[in-house]
Amino acid sequence: MTRLLVSRIGQAAIVLLLAFTASFLLLQALPGDAILIKYQNPEMGLTPEQIAEIRVLYGADAPIWVQYGNTLWNFLQGSFGYSVQAGVPVNPLLATNLPPTLRLASLGLVVAVIIAGALAFAATLAPFAWLRNLLQSLPALMISVPVFWLGIMLIQIFSFRLRLVPIINPSEFQALILPVVTLSLPIAAPLAQILIRSLDEVQTQPFVSVARAKGASRAWVLWRHVLRNALLPVLTIAGVLFGELLAGAVVTETVFGINGLGRITEQAVSNQDTAVLQAIVILAAVGFVLINLLVDLVAPLIDPRLNTPIGASA
Amino acid sequence: MSSLDLFTTRRPALGLGRLRQLDVTLVLSWAIIIVAIAWAVAPGAFTPHSGTVGIAGNQLRAPDVAHWLGTDEIGRDVLARIIYGSINSLFGAVVAVIVGFVGGTALGLVAGSVGGRTDTLIMRIVDVLLSVPGLLLQLSIIIILGFGTVNVAIAVGVTTVASFARLMRSEVIRVRRADYVEAAFGSGGRFAAVLWRHVLPNSLGTVIAFAALQFGSAILAISTLGFLGYGAPPPTPEWGLLISEGRKYLTGAWWLTAFPGITVILIVLATHRISQSLRRPS
Repeated sequence: MTRLLVSRIGQAAIVLLLAFTASFLLLQALPGDAILIKYQNPEMGLTPEQIAEIRVLYGADAPIWVQYGNTLWNFLQGSFGYSVQAGVPVNPLLATNLPPTLRLASLGLVVAVIIAGALAFAATLAPFAWLRNLLQSLPALMISVPVFWLGIMLIQIFSFRLRLVPIINPSEFQALILPVVTLSLPIAAPLAQILIRSLDEVQTQPFVSVARAKGASRAWVLWRHVLRNALLPVLTIAGVLFGELLAGAVVTETVFGINGLGRITEQAVSNQDTAVLQAIVILAAVGFVLINLLVDLVAPLIDPRLNTPIGASA
Repeated sequence: MSSLDLFTTRRPALGLGRLRQLDVTLVLSWAIIIVAIAWAVAPGAFTPHSGTVGIAGNQLRAPDVAHWLGTDEIGRDVLARIIYGSINSLFGAVVAVIVGFVGGTALGLVAGSVGGRTDTLIMRIVDVLLSVPGLLLQLSIIIILGFGTVNVAIAVGVTTVASFARLMRSEVIRVRRADYVEAAFGSGGRFAAVLWRHVLPNSLGTVIAFAALQFGSAILAISTLGFLGYGAPPPTPEWGLLISEGRKYLTGAWWLTAFPGITVILIVLATHRISQSLRRPS
């Protein structure tokens, strides 16, 4: 077990180091120098010597491998360099913009899990075949809807037509309703799809028939016996869902004009501010790798069969 | 990506009773795709209006007989803009799928057939590509390549390389164990020749169905990047851009945003349905 743990952590570290190296090579070593873009602007009236001085200040004149070492060392210490465009370090920029995004994303996840769970149970338990088919095809529709369009339609319907959610001076809670719904629907879709399939598969297992034969109701069997067994496939896509959640938040924030990670990402791309984008990319990769590591460690707790060596049980 | 995970969990074979009902949706899906391709090839045959030039005094008309889907803020017909925008989205999606398909299939084929250290190295690269959310990876590539339809398409394509590679590798490993491949090696076939003649054709089926699925996802991703403003510049009628422009007139002109979005949804749904039908029943 300990050996497995060490090897999994080692693998995670390698993936992160490779991700950092790739993003460094892509974003810092290639053209599109943010310092030149900002300071070569004729309105600033800087001489080439002054620009060179600024480059020295940012460390952009050092050989590439020195820059790589320095950047890696700084990242390991949790310092993400300077946003050339805003003229401030990336860290405070992240510190102010991360919390609203995290709040939106975590609320979105909670709502998505509730929607997916309700949908999966309804699609499995609904009384008529046509109704079950209809409910089962809903996630495919939800996956095909562009997130940004969904947000715009929700504003259109609930704010402008029905006037249910005010857009001028909304309370903190009101301002979050539509963004959270927008974000959660596309996340709920794959979750519901996997949950429905996995519920279907587990339901045909012998132990379910045994429980039913003993007189347990369908809903009770689903809740007590099936759900726990059906959760595992859902956990395996947790890391991917985290990524989708982050990407969804970026788009949702743009649609609803919320200040957060999405806004600084958009600005970073428009201004070729590579340091900011690199920090966000690496943070996302760290989150993805950590979640997958956690899932690997937690999965045996949910399903003890995973602890037995492969081949011992069939 | 989640699309790959969903894709590889196979559905149970469909019963005969549902076949007829499902065929209707399949025919409809093909019809939608054929119409979209026709729009891209000959937009002028489907609308008398221009996709980029507006008519004065015709601004922000609600849908009526003359303009089925209404007009925008400078009097351009919305349906015409959607029709003329088809070429951008379809071309972008084709480029994206080709980039992902060629890159991913090549990587997966090498990883699955050569094995050993090469396999480990390629799969680590795939892991890295998968560890960054698709949108952020696309933005990282766009920041280097710059804005524009082709660059956006390439960025979307690169993001799917990892999924293609993983799927191709698993297919190659499955096919390599087959008796006829062993027989081809046993009867003196060269490594590359066996790979090309036997392994590649037999492992491509599933990957092609996946490519159809990715076509829809690519259209979705391209419209998102177009909406954020990284695709084709404004007068171009790109679907994501249409929605982004229509946002300014949200209070009155709902048709500016609603119809381009519905177009995207229909096409994505159609490609998903077609991809499903291409998969071999298991």
